[in-house]
Amino acid sequence: MSERVAVRKTYKLFIGGKFPRSESGRSYLVQDANVSLASRKDARDAVVAARAAVKGWAGATAYNRGQILYRVAEMLEGRREQFVALGLPGDEVDAAVDRWVWYAGWSDKLSQVYGGANPVAGPYFNLSAPEPTGVVAAVAPETPALLGLVSVIAPAIVTGNTVVVATSPTQPLAAVTLAEVLATSDLPGGVVNLLTGKITETVPTLAAHMDVNAIDLTGVTDAELAVELEVKAAQNLKRVLRPAPVDHDWSADPGITRMTTLLETKTVWHPKGV
Amino acid sequence: MTATATSARSDLSELGRSETALRTFLHGLPGVDQVGAEQRAAQLGTRSIKTTAKAQAIDLAIRMVDLTTLEGADTPGKVRALAAKALRPDPADPTCPHVGAVCVYPAMVPYVAEVLRGSGVHLASVATAFPSGQAPLEIKLADTRAAVEAGADEIDMVINRGAFLAGRYKEVYDEIVATKSACGDAHLKVILETGELATYDNVRRASWLAMLAGGDFIKTSTGKVPVAATLPVTLVMLEAVRDFRAATGRQVGVKPAGGIKNTKDAIKYLVMVNETVGPDWLDPDWFRFGASSLLNDLLMQRTKLTTGVYSGPDYFTLD
Repeated sequence: MSERVAVRKTYKLFIGGKFPRSESGRSYLVQDANVSLASRKDARDAVVAARAAVKGWAGATAYNRGQILYRVAEMLEGRREQFVALGLPGDEVDAAVDRWVWYAGWSDKLSQVYGGANPVAGPYFNLSAPEPTGVVAAVAPETPALLGLVSVIAPAIVTGNTVVVATSPTQPLAAVTLAEVLATSDLPGGVVNLLTGKITETVPTLAAHMDVNAIDLTGVTDAELAVELEVKAAQNLKRVLRPAPVDHDWSADPGITRMTTLLETKTVWHPKGV
Repeated sequence: MTATATSARSDLSELGRSETALRTFLHGLPGVDQVGAEQRAAQLGTRSIKTTAKAQAIDLAIRMVDLTTLEGADTPGKVRALAAKALRPDPADPTCPHVGAVCVYPAMVPYVAEVLRGSGVHLASVATAFPSGQAPLEIKLADTRAAVEAGADEIDMVINRGAFLAGRYKEVYDEIVATKSACGDAHLKVILETGELATYDNVRRASWLAMLAGGDFIKTSTGKVPVAATLPVTLVMLEAVRDFRAATGRQVGVKPAGGIKNTKDAIKYLVMVNETVGPDWLDPDWFRFGASSLLNDLLMQRTKLTTGVYSGPDYFTLD
């Protein structure tokens, strides 16, 4: 009997809950695998998918979003060995699962912490409530490949935003594997979209895109590029999360800034009865 | 195809006189090669239209749009807003052309007419008991006359599919002739509702029937049934108008309607027009898109080409 030939995996993009190849047909060799090289048109398609998912995801109850994120953490835990086989330290995978659970817990608590009743001089209730900003574009940090990615995605989507993420160009396999986790976790298609490839190709398109509401520049290491992207983002007044400092400790307590930067505050005045 | 049509040239005008002659002619039309038509349509859809050609195609497509609203919830205010948009689709860019026409229900025609008067944008109205066409002939004709009197210069009529599918071609023919005369000077677009005709052969027959009866345009669909305009159906209709001109010398326009939602689709249709009937039809007088959401996508793509930045639906009107 002839020897069995192993089936090699094609690492593709993750857009709208599906795994398409790049529209351009290009791929690049990295981590000993062929990975899709996303083009600006893939970025455009990802924004369309993300925009389409906003209504359902932002409209879901906070409780429901939390449940789905817990489910993602469960599936992530189940695939621990697969991530380790990609060369990630076990500690990092565990930290990523914990990070995901930590953010999942915030889904129905953030509005109490970040919103609430405002004291006003008049016969009114005055209430502020945080609302998702919409479509968020994000650049994942180069390393740690999984923990960094999770730390960028989870705070954006837990509040009801949808994201288009440019993944680490040098370590995209963890990202594509995370996409497989997300695709099997009841997360509606389009809430998370992943673009593998060069940051310089996709991110300027996302930064300038008028239908993107916020941009997270965490993974941009080139200071000049960061400035250029911020200028582009200013055109439609996107919310901007600045690049992470070089020595940023990803295992430390992240705080709630990453979530609150990607929110809009709605304030309602309501007359008090007698 | 052309051979059959040409040999029939002399007696085409006589066809409407008898049911038998009409049936013999329509059933004598060669059958449509279904696989061939679908493959041809799919192949034409793969052409890549970029940069300056794309800019030209987008402007042409905007000029060809019949900006349509056919809802029970239409109000005078809503149709006025739509008419204003038809005149200046992109208020931020004065180089953006106006659309081909506005298409509304007869009751809304007077409000649109006020806005469009003297602008060069046509005013189309559906009539003849749209969308089902299941009403007595007198009512359909009264519907048509009312729309024309109110100011419509194009009438979109529906054919009597019940009669057509039952094989009563003469009845369909006579209704179209009667509606055409009720239109007076207004152009008549004949809606075949291809989604209900079941086969491409029926589409070809209905196209010829509508043209023989005097229709100025043949239109695919009402937009009110699940299957609306498709590329292969439009291909069959384009071949019909091409052959009809070869046989009679009269040019008839084509209007796919319903389901054309984005620029990419619209450009596929334009490629098909150019490749099937040639540049004679690449003009708003001879080819139209019946659409509502298409216009915003065309405007977004146009903005992308002029500014280099992808635009979003937030920057265009909701209608």
